[in-house]
Amino acid sequence: MIRLANINKLYPTRGGPVRILNDVNLTVNPGERVGILGRNGAGKSTLIRLVSGAELPSTGVVERHMSVSWPLAFGGAFQGTLTGLDNLRFICRIYGADPEDKIPFIEDFSELGIYLREPVKSYSSGMRARLAFAISMVIEFDCFLIDEIIAVGDARFHEKCSHELFEKRGDRAMIIVSHDSGYIREHCARAGVLVAGQLHHFDNTEDAFTFYHEEAALLA
Amino acid sequence: MSANDESVGVSLADSWRIERRVIWALMLREILTRYGRHNIGFLWLFVEPMLFTLMVTALWTATKAVHGSNLPIVAFAVTGYSSVLLWRNMPSRCVKALEPNLSLLYHRNVRPVDIFISRLALEAAGATMSFAFLILFFHFVGWLEYPEDFLQVVAAWGMLAWFGGGLALFIGALSERSETIEKLWHPAAYILFPLSGAGFLVDALPVEAQHFVLLLPMVHGVEFLREGFFGSKIIAHYDIGYMALLNTLLTVLGLAQLRVVSRTVVPE
Repeated sequence: MIRLANINKLYPTRGGPVRILNDVNLTVNPGERVGILGRNGAGKSTLIRLVSGAELPSTGVVERHMSVSWPLAFGGAFQGTLTGLDNLRFICRIYGADPEDKIPFIEDFSELGIYLREPVKSYSSGMRARLAFAISMVIEFDCFLIDEIIAVGDARFHEKCSHELFEKRGDRAMIIVSHDSGYIREHCARAGVLVAGQLHHFDNTEDAFTFYHEEAALLA
Repeated sequence: MSANDESVGVSLADSWRIERRVIWALMLREILTRYGRHNIGFLWLFVEPMLFTLMVTALWTATKAVHGSNLPIVAFAVTGYSSVLLWRNMPSRCVKALEPNLSLLYHRNVRPVDIFISRLALEAAGATMSFAFLILFFHFVGWLEYPEDFLQVVAAWGMLAWFGGGLALFIGALSERSETIEKLWHPAAYILFPLSGAGFLVDALPVEAQHFVLLLPMVHGVEFLREGFFGSKIIAHYDIGYMALLNTLLTVLGLAQLRVVSRTVVPE
């Protein structure tokens, strides 16, 4: 189980502190898939970084009773000056896995061929996305945190990612953050909507979807 | 205000295992990004400081810069300049150390303190290997006598490394909170070099000047090191208790600043 209790997150700005998350509560049980909807800048990525432990809340408690992934996204968490394989080795070392027996999977899934031995900064965004996703699947977690993972890549690659994530790892908990309500509806059982720093909970994605679009209409 | 972040069920032994794993991974990553796999690769870690020390040794030998003593110039330069590299490179590597590594902070187990510790360990290892190889090499060609008190040299080297590490944590953490620190560190490091005791013996200075330079902790370390090296040939001025006190102060302040940074840092 993951539990967030009374989470507040403030960031300093030149105009004084800005409250991004306002008294947010969230519980995710093993095997549960929870979506978080929100417009750009609503605090979705902040929330997922707090769940992962990459950032600490200003106030409130984050408890993790199961293993939780880093926020899987198609940017971040990689070093551009290192090669694809060196990035794999680094991730394996910090999570205590043996990199050498993961290489065949990475070669097969990423389809990067000889580029795996070239610096990541020489990759196209599509190549980076393939590497990032492939490395993300190397370490197993009870709960995967997914941040806008559909943003890059072609249809065939989406298909492969979906298979790895939602079929092979269908029994894991997931928190999926997106501004695309269709993606959340497809993959989640329930969802929350972030508006003005507050997380509104809905027991089914349909109600979340309706609320999200009403809020969007109000602001428009 | 209180905030908690806990992964329940992680014991102290687990934390220690994770900590070692993360620091080792960061060190390997740092070696690869700094030196790559081209030409001599990671050997640059100590070849670079060796070249520095060799050039200064050559310069001081050529100009007969014995700085008020009749000590053998090569041993004088090697002990002096190696000490400078030890305490000065650590802070230099830790200034703005987080920025290029922000993306790594996406991984919960990688904390800012780990990035600092991995850099400190690398710098200390490089400077130590350089110092050791130079002593062996110059002894082999007959330009340098082995230290009179080997253990005292090791202890002094440890004190200088501790000073460098404490200063690095303090300056490094502050540089994450204020841009100004980076600007101030470079001139400070430049002016501290001639005052650090690397190029003179405290005993050769006028008494007024002695009081002044002995305010600087690294001077005590260099004097202690040289006494271990040359023993009875010099009169050394040092107070290791004073140095330990300032080292402790720097370390505690550095860790406190780093704690603030850890709470506020945003992964890229």
